Amino acid sequence: MLVPLSWLRDFAPVEAETSALVDAFNELGLVVDGVTEIGAIDESVVVARVLATREHPGADKVQLVDVDAGDAQLQIVCGAFNFQAGDLVPLARVGTTLPNGATIDRRKVRGEWSDGMLCSAAELALSGDHNGIFVLAVDAEPGVPLRKALAMEPDVVFDLDVTPNRPDALSVAGVARDLAAKLGIPFSLPEGPPLPVGESRASVAVKSKDLCPRFTGIVLDGVTVGPSPAWLARRLTLAGMRPINNVVDVSNYVMLELGQPNHPYDLARLPGEGLLVRKGKKGETVTTLDDVERPVGPEDCLICDAEGAPVGIGGVMGGASSEISATTTSVLLETAYFDPMSIARTARRLGLRTEASARFERGTDHGGIERAAGRFIDLLGQVAGARPEGGLVDIRGKLPKPARPTLRTKRVNEVLGTALTADDVRRYLEPIGFECAPARGGWRVTIPSWRPDSALEIDVIEEVARHYGYSNIPRTVPLSPNVGRLTPYQRDRRHVREVLAGAGLSEAWTTAFLGAPDLEKAGLARDAVGVANPLDQAEPLLRTSLLPGMLRALATNARHQNAGVRLFEVGRVFRPPAGGDTLPVEREVVAVALAAADATAAVRVWKVLSDALRLERVSIDAAERAGLHPTRAALLTADGVELGEIGEVDPDVVSTHELDGRVAWFCVDLERLLGAPRRPTVFRPISRFPASDIDLAFVVDDSAAADAVEDRLREAGGDLLVDVRLFDVFRGPQLGDGKRSLAYRLRFNALDHTLTDEEVGEVRRRCIEAVESALPATLRG
Amino acid sequence: MFDELEQVTSTGVERVRAAATLEELRSVEQELLGKKSPLAAFNQRLGALPTEERKEAGRRVNEARTVVQNAIAERRRSLAADERRQRLQAERLDLTEVIPAPGRGHLHLTTQTRDELEDVFIGMGYQVAEGPEAEDDWHNFEALNMPPAHPARSMWDTFYLDLGEPETVLLRTHTSPVQVRVMQSQAPPIYIVAPGRVYRYETPDPRHLAVFHQIEGLVVDKGISFADLAGTIETFTNAYFGPGTHSRLRPSYFPFTEPSAEFEVTCIFCHGDGCRVCSQTGWIELGGCGMVHPNVLKAGGIDPEEWTGFAFGFGIDRLAQIRHQVDDERDFLVNDIRFLSQF
Repeated sequence: MLVPLSWLRDFAPVEAETSALVDAFNELGLVVDGVTEIGAIDESVVVARVLATREHPGADKVQLVDVDAGDAQLQIVCGAFNFQAGDLVPLARVGTTLPNGATIDRRKVRGEWSDGMLCSAAELALSGDHNGIFVLAVDAEPGVPLRKALAMEPDVVFDLDVTPNRPDALSVAGVARDLAAKLGIPFSLPEGPPLPVGESRASVAVKSKDLCPRFTGIVLDGVTVGPSPAWLARRLTLAGMRPINNVVDVSNYVMLELGQPNHPYDLARLPGEGLLVRKGKKGETVTTLDDVERPVGPEDCLICDAEGAPVGIGGVMGGASSEISATTTSVLLETAYFDPMSIARTARRLGLRTEASARFERGTDHGGIERAAGRFIDLLGQVAGARPEGGLVDIRGKLPKPARPTLRTKRVNEVLGTALTADDVRRYLEPIGFECAPARGGWRVTIPSWRPDSALEIDVIEEVARHYGYSNIPRTVPLSPNVGRLTPYQRDRRHVREVLAGAGLSEAWTTAFLGAPDLEKAGLARDAVGVANPLDQAEPLLRTSLLPGMLRALATNARHQNAGVRLFEVGRVFRPPAGGDTLPVEREVVAVALAAADATAAVRVWKVLSDALRLERVSIDAAERAGLHPTRAALLTADGVELGEIGEVDPDVVSTHELDGRVAWFCVDLERLLGAPRRPTVFRPISRFPASDIDLAFVVDDSAAADAVEDRLREAGGDLLVDVRLFDVFRGPQLGDGKRSLAYRLRFNALDHTLTDEEVGEVRRRCIEAVESALPATLRG
Repeated sequence: MFDELEQVTSTGVERVRAAATLEELRSVEQELLGKKSPLAAFNQRLGALPTEERKEAGRRVNEARTVVQNAIAERRRSLAADERRQRLQAERLDLTEVIPAPGRGHLHLTTQTRDELEDVFIGMGYQVAEGPEAEDDWHNFEALNMPPAHPARSMWDTFYLDLGEPETVLLRTHTSPVQVRVMQSQAPPIYIVAPGRVYRYETPDPRHLAVFHQIEGLVVDKGISFADLAGTIETFTNAYFGPGTHSRLRPSYFPFTEPSAEFEVTCIFCHGDGCRVCSQTGWIELGGCGMVHPNVLKAGGIDPEEWTGFAFGFGIDRLAQIRHQVDDERDFLVNDIRFLSQF
């Protein structure tokens, strides 16, 4: 909301410095996004009288103009032709700096001297009007500074960020009321002349009083449509609106000043000379001012001509058919109150947010309609010669009743942490129109009709806080009676991240959105939750796996010559709801993706992680997994619970992601991982006697897992076996096809004595026997 | 005899000093002190001396032997030191010519920021609460004092999921639904922060992402006031940004808090003097806060007459972006190792 200081001064004697005003606005929650200082028009822009116009001998797009500049007669080269001898026009004399920063020099244009420049309204930042020279409608002597002739003063325009709860602050008067209360200066909203009463020539009927609880209409005759006077055009321009014609400008002016949107119709172009307000019908369409045909329905409130043909969407946008034109002489003014929720729905559904809908959906001041209509009549009388014809037709349905909460002074202080008295409280409320009547423990507050956001005691407490000033509220710190700490799950999750980072992996964060082709490319099923309104049409699904995102991250790195990148991510994946649930199944998983690495690299990282978590043995059982290499993938299972998968990404999947080489991968469900059984942290005694190391190599069929060999060794070794380590794997023709040699180093140790050769020999024998009897394996000689 | 002894001693000591290696020193030692050495010969000659001279002569011979032994010991130390020096000299390593092993990995900047924020609040006695990212309309909006079609809902552009009736299941637009879930499951006093991922239907730009992270705080206890909120924000600001940083609150609007405020902290770069980062204001807008609206407490099953509370929230990525001066927040999501490994 752009608010010129000069306009605020119509309602309150604001004298403070700009910086103090910015502070006051900020403290009120009308946050200042910007301040524009509008300088005075340069003294050297003067009123000049056109004496004669002549053709330029060397050009036909410009003409020569002789002007009387008061102290001199000057020749000006001018590109506009919209004036004639005798007109008064603004002349920027040589040396003038225009609002856009340009400086006027004496210069030759196609061989003819120009001693200055005649200006358009836009060039002087008076309005957006670029169409020709600004011909002055005032009576002034040539040579008089323009700013004196037009009584134009420098101004300051505040760009306020108005929060959606404050419809009142979408008006200059509303802002002035809040500001005046903060600054402790008087505020007054001038009363206009009483509205005419009596019959109206126009017929007005409302069939949908639920959507439009108050609708008024009044006819104005004798309208002469034309450009607005400079002061009006200037104010609209400063407030960010483009002047159009005096009728439309007055309509906008009233909306900006009082926050009441209104709509002037050309009465002659309304069949049946009147308006009918009704709900839309299924399948009906309305062509709005912007020439778009829009579908409407029973939820929407339509303004129709008296014969029922739509002329606009109530509270949102008017139609083209009854628009004010140059030939309009009679105006039917609509000033109404629409149901905020209904406007919000309509505007949202149509994707059409207008100055009017923005105000109606927040809730306009239904008690301020007469004032707004009166202001319109008064202004249109001034600028277009209009006069009301007949009275104001006022049709009312069920309007919101004023809220009257009880405000307990004690509660104010409890909520704010202040020590205000009842009188203090009233002093903050009454200047903003919150009337206070004595009540038990405080006040019965009547909320004004322009503050629909306020209804409860807590709403009024906020008003007290705003006007008391947030910065004046003391600062205390409550003492938590709870112990602050992470849950075991949260602690372990941090641990997982730190272990993986310590193992050389960096943490990625990939988006939750993907498309069916992404799933397909990664070899995954398409059974995913859909997004009704995806931002990117190519990503209408929630991820079911981190695989596509991680592969994309590896590919991005590969494209940027970052080779061998090792990434992990902890994130949520989503599956369609189970059973009768409404929410998707959402699981937190940890995934690892290593570029240019095979499945063994994934296992190494997994071992580091599972060791850090002290997991009891987790079995790695070969399995085919979607998206993974069919012979290089396995399930991770702990205590019968499937934790996740490990291995290598399918080579086809790798290549469709424009990656070279192999990609190692594992992904586990975090909750299951952290819930898996762990080795106890009870101390295991350390032997003080020397240990015996022996090496055993077995020739084992490829069909048997190395882990099975190790399991048998551990079982057979019993308590004496303190460590088993696979240290060599060998394949060769001497072993035969489908076989490999697995060499283990075993360390034996007893707590209470040095093992004898006989003891070691015995346990060694048991180990060999255990492996050979349980597996297709033989000791390698 | 004594002259002769003197002669043997001094040439012996000279030979010891001339020995160039430990090996040579060992053979010199053998020659000078062994059984066939001149000093040994002197000992044999002692027997032939008269008794009164023998004692003195014996002392002189022992003295000469000690002199030679000491010379040998000294020479041995010196040679051993030389030898060690040479050996270690040959082992010299340039400790800057080492080929680096694969380095450590890096936690995502967002994670590091989140952990640090959590730790500050844990230190203040808060627990960390979490909730689902896919939420129902009730938790995300309705329980937060935004009934269906409430205009304030437009403050949060929402992704809806193709589940149930249209627009009933969504991706949470803020971490605030966790507030409601905590109130429903836990009796006051409540002191929690809820960090997590949130979603907005917004085209990403350098300062906004459609998927990002927030941290939310909720305190519900007896007698909690706006003063407690302001003091808590100030304490957090000091703890997180360091002493000398301050906070201020300005009125704002959120449907789920009342009074509502935006909070700002003194610019961490210029400390309030005004710079490019804070657009010359000296302040950086961090997030929103306010007293929990009575309707929200009620939705969480808490009596607003008995308990009051405050809540606050802000963007984790946004905070990290400001603090580390990352120009474009979209870099957080690209996972380029050149970004990840900087933090």
